Amino acid sequence: MYKLLLSWRYLRTRYIALASIISVTLGVATMIVVNSVMSGFTTEMRNRIHGILSDLVLESRPMDGFPNAEWHMEEIRRVAGNQIAAMTPTVYVPAMLSFQVEGQTITRPVELIGIDPETQGDVSDFSRYLQHPANRTKFSFDLRPRGYDTKDHQASKDDQGSRNARKRDQMEFAGISRRMSFIDSQRMLAEIHASGNASSSPEVEAPTDPAATALQKPVDPFAAAPSLDESVGGPAGAEQNRNPYAQNTGLVMGIALGSFPRETGKTRHGLPEYEDVFMVLPGDDVKIMYPTAGMPPEVSSEVFTVVDFYESKMSEYDSSFVFVPIRKLQEMRGMIDPTTKVGMAYSIQIKLKPGADGNQVRDLLQKRFPQEFYVVSTWQDKQSALLAAVQMETAILNVLLFLIIAVAGFGILAIFFMIVVEKTRDIGILKSLGASGWGVMGIFLSYGLALGLLGSGVGMGFGLLIVAKINWIADTLGQITGKPVFDPEIYYFYKIPAIVDPWTVSWVVLGAVGIAVLASVMPAIRAARLHPVEALRYE
Amino acid sequence: MSSQKPSSKTNSQVPTMDPFAGSELRVRGGPRLEESLVEMPGTDLRPDAEHGIGGPHAVPRETRPSRRSQEKTVPKINPVLGPDLDAQLSACGLKKSYQKGPVVIPVLRGVDLSVRQGEFLSIIGRSGSGKSTLLHLLATLDAPDEGEIYFEGQRIDNLGGLERDGLRNHRLGMIFQFYHLLPELTTLENVLAPLMIRCSVWGYIRHRRALHEKAKHLLQLVGLSHRLRHRPRELSGGEMQRAAIARALIGGPQVLLADEPTGNLDQASGREVLELLRRLNAEQNLTIVMVTHDLSIAQMADRSIELVQGRITSS
Repeated sequence: MYKLLLSWRYLRTRYIALASIISVTLGVATMIVVNSVMSGFTTEMRNRIHGILSDLVLESRPMDGFPNAEWHMEEIRRVAGNQIAAMTPTVYVPAMLSFQVEGQTITRPVELIGIDPETQGDVSDFSRYLQHPANRTKFSFDLRPRGYDTKDHQASKDDQGSRNARKRDQMEFAGISRRMSFIDSQRMLAEIHASGNASSSPEVEAPTDPAATALQKPVDPFAAAPSLDESVGGPAGAEQNRNPYAQNTGLVMGIALGSFPRETGKTRHGLPEYEDVFMVLPGDDVKIMYPTAGMPPEVSSEVFTVVDFYESKMSEYDSSFVFVPIRKLQEMRGMIDPTTKVGMAYSIQIKLKPGADGNQVRDLLQKRFPQEFYVVSTWQDKQSALLAAVQMETAILNVLLFLIIAVAGFGILAIFFMIVVEKTRDIGILKSLGASGWGVMGIFLSYGLALGLLGSGVGMGFGLLIVAKINWIADTLGQITGKPVFDPEIYYFYKIPAIVDPWTVSWVVLGAVGIAVLASVMPAIRAARLHPVEALRYE
Repeated sequence: MSSQKPSSKTNSQVPTMDPFAGSELRVRGGPRLEESLVEMPGTDLRPDAEHGIGGPHAVPRETRPSRRSQEKTVPKINPVLGPDLDAQLSACGLKKSYQKGPVVIPVLRGVDLSVRQGEFLSIIGRSGSGKSTLLHLLATLDAPDEGEIYFEGQRIDNLGGLERDGLRNHRLGMIFQFYHLLPELTTLENVLAPLMIRCSVWGYIRHRRALHEKAKHLLQLVGLSHRLRHRPRELSGGEMQRAAIARALIGGPQVLLADEPTGNLDQASGREVLELLRRLNAEQNLTIVMVTHDLSIAQMADRSIELVQGRITSS
């Protein structure tokens, strides 16, 4: 009983010892925050990556892919059919995307992916990341008349308008109507360009009507492109009967390729409100330049009509992925056998049934498909470098942060030695009253335990509070410093993802308490070994 | 120099030492306090008849198995004086020296001592004569280099650590010149400290009310019932020493060892403390061994012995 009473009294009266556990508190809080954020980040990233990638992917090792994807899918079904839920072939190639903004051509490097619109949604979360509700239900490369989301459908209501879930008012005009105005403006530009060339009169008056203001814009280089002229019902007489507003082949592009964030000048909840400014909208035409599959490869180009945006919230993907129909890409690149009309594919994405073992199926398929020509990998294998890097980063951070607590342990050790010296006479008194060495040791171990529990408890509360308010803290810090702490342009998450794992918190708290108790062992042993007479005479 | 007062008490007249024999220490309307505490495991405050010396940590005398332990139970005969089997506390040929580097400083050079139950013995001597060292040896706070110490016929100088702790907690009470109260605890908690050491947490919580009543009664006995919640720094020297006496009594000791109890007090406070000790000795038959360097104080004891350069010169 006296052990508890004295350790409690020491806890209340020895503020120097309380100071020593501040570092324990901060260490525990930091470890909880870092682990929660890293856990949230890892989970979010894994979910996103898994949402983008299928469970398994069979890829061609040669650069020109493999023929007859249907045969390959039949073989896969034969080998592991009971574990396969869905499959789809894909073709991918690096390409350049360009489009016009106010007369300026913007070009971006992209990963051009040919997908089967019927089956792509079955193997990944591709459809979930599109901006038209109908496409999310059943995807199609056809341009929708209207109805594109003007808000970030993946964000909660509270987040709308924030930097991470910006307003998208321009999307209200996306669709067929956008295409009509796009085509009309292109045609007008073409006509003006043609009439200007015909008259070439220097006395032409400056335009005064709104339509004529288009003249002030630089000439659109796409207007002269033959393919675009054909698609919009250009001068060719054979095309006169065709719908002038008909779309080109549909294309889905990563949302970050065609938009950028901007402050609206308004505020929400005291923070600036943001909107996405779209340089390209569904209904607009864009140009893709790509290498052909022949040797040597040649650069070719094709005009597509944007039909939707892809937003996985992974900036790496949202700023590089462009999806087109696989058949079109095969045609463009000359990947279709002219006699059999069978196309080549680069990979087959495979969705497994729930509960199936991806590694086991991977090994089965790898046995069937020779490793010289095929690579079979799970989605974790595909991103193993990234996942391992995050895991390694978490481990190193934990080691470093735990060292902070270990350093705090040395502080406790030093202060405990001081307290033992200060309390030498009290130890003698206790021994003269019949307290055993173990009992005296228990006082200081209890004291260390109490300090550890207090420091860890406060640290845990502090850490959990920070985790709960981490986005508010990040916003506030961003406002103070003028720079966003968590830049959604980099991560494309709405908020800093944080997941509190009770086990991790328990281990951190137990570790800190353990260090505090361990730090008190040596001073406690010293106290226990004090000779009662020497202790009583100590001054 | 010696002063020997004829003792009015003998062992036959005092069958058991009972510090709570006075009616003022009985809980009103209830059983005697020590009777009510006897059922509490680990809180039996009466003289430890069951466990023998060393309290519950010690192995009962009858069941001691080892030859070494058996040797402990048989008092060795002092070659000079012979064994004093009637003494409650006795020492034979005690020698103790301290080493300061290569220099050995002898403090006790062969002390023989015998204290009978209910006796008030004072040990007088100049500073450095070895009085406090002798008291520490008697209290088992230190071990002699040579010689033996017996308590109620059982050798105690070579007991194990836990047994010595138990002996100090159950059988012996100590008061010091500098009071030695624990500064973090209140007066009441200081008095309760020996019982807190003795009891388990659960046992203490279960009997908290009774233990507090007992401590309050003792503080009332020493005139400190109005200082229960005060810290030692808020008490005067005399009050601190009286609190220390209450603390020494709460465990129901059979012998009270007092190391210059008035050495740090003014004359009036010192007289009050001495009167209190005298009263405890007379009314409760408590054996007291008091160390002092003041002849006038030593004369208040039943018997005085003088210690000169580590030897008893007169008794």
